[in-house]
Amino acid sequence: MAIWLAQLSVDRWRLSSGLKRGEGADGSALALISETAHGPRLEAVNDAARDAGLHAAMMLADARTLCPDLTVCPSDPAGDLETLEKLTLWAQRWGPWSAMDAPDGLIVDVTGSAHLFGGEDRLLADVAERFAARDWIVRTAIAPTAGAAWALAHYGANGAILGSDEDMPARLDDLPVAALRLDSDVLTVLRRLGLKRLGDLERVEAGKMTGRDALQRRFRSRKSPASNPLVRMDQLIGRVPEPLVPLVARTMPLVQRRLVEPIRHRSLLDQVLSDLAQDMARVLEGQGEGARRLELGLWRVDGEVIVRSLEMAAASRDPAHILRLFAARFDDVDAGFGIESVRLRASWAEPLDLAQADIEAASEEKSLGTSLAACVDRLGVRLGNRAISKPVTYPSHIPERAQRHACALTSESHSYNVGNPIKRPLKIFDNAEKIAVLYASPDGHPQRFRWRGQAHNVARVEGPERIAPEWWRERSTVRLRDYYRIEDDAGRRYWIYREGLPGDGRGGMPDWFIQGAFS
Amino acid sequence: MTSKEAVQRWRPGLPDAEAHPCHNEIFASSGEGAGAGFALALARDALRVSGKGALRVDDQRHILWVQTRDAIKRCGRPYVHGLPAELRRRVIHVAAENAQDALFALEEGVRCRDLAFVVGELVGNPKSLDFTASRRLTLTAQKHGSRLYLIRIDARRDLSSARMRWDVRSAPSPRPRWNGEAPGSAAWQAELFRARAHPPGEWTLYDDEGTLCGPPNAISRPYLNIPQAANAPDYGDMARATVGRSLAAL
Repeated sequence: MAIWLAQLSVDRWRLSSGLKRGEGADGSALALISETAHGPRLEAVNDAARDAGLHAAMMLADARTLCPDLTVCPSDPAGDLETLEKLTLWAQRWGPWSAMDAPDGLIVDVTGSAHLFGGEDRLLADVAERFAARDWIVRTAIAPTAGAAWALAHYGANGAILGSDEDMPARLDDLPVAALRLDSDVLTVLRRLGLKRLGDLERVEAGKMTGRDALQRRFRSRKSPASNPLVRMDQLIGRVPEPLVPLVARTMPLVQRRLVEPIRHRSLLDQVLSDLAQDMARVLEGQGEGARRLELGLWRVDGEVIVRSLEMAAASRDPAHILRLFAARFDDVDAGFGIESVRLRASWAEPLDLAQADIEAASEEKSLGTSLAACVDRLGVRLGNRAISKPVTYPSHIPERAQRHACALTSESHSYNVGNPIKRPLKIFDNAEKIAVLYASPDGHPQRFRWRGQAHNVARVEGPERIAPEWWRERSTVRLRDYYRIEDDAGRRYWIYREGLPGDGRGGMPDWFIQGAFS
Repeated sequence: MTSKEAVQRWRPGLPDAEAHPCHNEIFASSGEGAGAGFALALARDALRVSGKGALRVDDQRHILWVQTRDAIKRCGRPYVHGLPAELRRRVIHVAAENAQDALFALEEGVRCRDLAFVVGELVGNPKSLDFTASRRLTLTAQKHGSRLYLIRIDARRDLSSARMRWDVRSAPSPRPRWNGEAPGSAAWQAELFRARAHPPGEWTLYDDEGTLCGPPNAISRPYLNIPQAANAPDYGDMARATVGRSLAAL
C-alpha cells in the first residue's frame, strides 16, 4: 500500500500554526519558499495559491506578479522528513513493516494483513479516516508491487485497488510515464521520444524485439533505476524485485526520577544519580547493551533544564563508573530553587555481552586497578577528550605530517611505514625552532650554531637526507628540506634541517631549523 | 636483608625487584632528549627483567605518556617513528594543561591495571608537586604494582619520595661501525643520587639495540654498539670516494 501525503509541507505548516483548513492565514494565498542560487523559489503552495495559478518550483518573483498578496514562509525540509519518519512508524498499525518514500510518501506492506481490517477497501477507508482525523490530505492505493501502488496513488484514482489476479499492464496502461518515478531529465527524453503513457512504453517493448533493444541502447549508460525507464517498468510489473529499506523503531534506554520534594543539595543529587545509574544498568543489561553516550537532564522548579552529556571510550554499564564520571560534571550545576526531575538517557548504546559482574568489582577491591577504558574515561572527563590521543603513523614523508593523533582506544588497523631506514628522533617539536648558524662548514652543514641562547659545537654529522615538499598538496613556493643528524661536543643529538637551497628561486638564503631531539 | 645485599651496586639488568622500583624520577635538562630516552630505556630494562630474559612479544599493554603544555613546548612530543619498534603502537599521549592535571593523569594511569608503565614529564618545581603529592604517587604505584617514570625537566632536586632518583645528561655516543663521522646510538651519563637499595653512583650507559648496558669492553667489541657475529664479513667502505667534491654538494 502506498500513501501519498500530497501536501505534506503545507499541511505541516498549517498544523504547526494551529489553523484549520482554509482558516486564518491558510485562507489566503500562501507559499513555502526556499533560497536557491537564482533567488527564492516556491517549494509548496496551499489551495488558495493554487487557485490563483501558482505551483511549486515557480520563482517567487514570477509568483508575485500573478498573485501580489502572496504571503510566504520559509520551508523546512528537515522537519518535513522528520514528520514523515514519525508518520511512517505510525503507519505500521496497518502492516508489519513500512518504508519511507521521501520526500512525501510512505509505503506499507499489507500483504496478508488486509483481512484484519475487513478487506482491502475497508483498510483504505480506515487509512483515509485516520489521516482525515489528523487533518492530513492523503491519496492511497494498494497494488501487488510497491512501484504500481506508488503509481496508482500519485496518478490513479484515489483509493485504487489493484488485485494480484488482475491484468496489471492493462490497469496501468493510461498512467503517464511520470508514474515510473523517473528523474526529470529522463522524463524529458521520453516526452521527446513521444512516449507519454505507460501503455506506449509497454507497446514499444512488446511490439517488436527491436523495440526493447532500442530503448536498452538509448539508456545503456543509466544504471540507477530512477534514470532507466526499462528497469522501472520491470519493477512496476514485478519482473525484477525492488528492495526497500524498512523503518524500524528503536527506543533508547531512558530512566527518570520525579522527586516529591525538589532537591537543592549535592549529596541528594548524587544519591538520585546513583539510583538512576543502577536503573540504567538494569535496563541496559536486559537489552545486552552498554552505553557509549549518556545524557543527563535536570529539570528545575522554574522550568530551566540543565543538560550534562558524557561519552565513554568503551561501552559500559557499570553504575559506579557512570556515577564517578558524572560527579566531575556536577560542580557547576546551579540548583536554583531546586531540581524536581532527573532523567538519564543512553542516546548511543553498543552491544555488550553479559560478563561475570563481580570480577571488575573484586579486582578494584584487591587493588588491581581500573581497566584501560575506565582510565581513559576518567581522564577525558577531567582533561577533555582532545587531551588524550594516540599517536599514529600517516603516509607522508614530511616529518611533522607523518604522525597524527587518533582517539585513544583506536586499534590501528594498518600502520604506514614510509620506509625510513634512517633513524628518527624520539621527540619532535610542534613547531620546528629556528637556529642561528654561527659558522658553517664547507659541506653546508653548520659547525657551530646557537639555539635557545646556547652555543653548540657540532662534533659529528650524518646527512643530508633530502625531503622534498609534497607538490600535489602544497604551494609551489614551499622549499625542500635537507635533514642532518648531528651530535654536539657534549653528546646531545639533534635532528636539524636547512629549508631550501641558496638560489632555488623561492626566497633568500635558506634558514636552519631544529626539528627534534634524539634520545 | 644482609649487609652484603644492601651495598650491591646498581647495574642494568639486575633481576632484583628493588632495582626496578615503582616510582623513579629522572632529572634532565630541556635542551636534549636524554631524559625521555633514558626513562624508556629504564622501563624496557624493567620489562625485560620481569619478562624473564626478553620482552614478551604478546605484551600489548599500552603506555601512558603524560606531558604538561610547558613540557611539550620545551621538549617536544613523542614521535611515533622515533619510538622503539615494540612501543610504537602502544603509546597513549595525554597533554595536560598544568602540573595539577598532569599529576591527576599520572595517578589515574598508575592505578590502571592495563598499562605497562607510565611516563610523566613535568617542567620545573611546580607547587602542586610537593612531598605529599610524590608520596601519594609512590603509595598508589606500590599498591597497584605499576611503574612510574617521572621526568623532571630543568628542576631542582627538591624533596621527593621517589624510590630511585637519577640525573641524566647525554654522553658522546659510540661511533657506528659503517660511518664513524655519524652520531651513534644513544648514550647517557647517569647519576643515581638517591636510591633505597643501592648506593649512589655514576654510570655511562649505552643503548645497545634496545638493551640498556654498561660501558662495553673495548677490546672484545671494538665497534661498541654493533652486535657483530664472529664471521661477519667486512665489506669495507661501500661509498665511492668523491674526489674533491662533497656528497652534500648542492
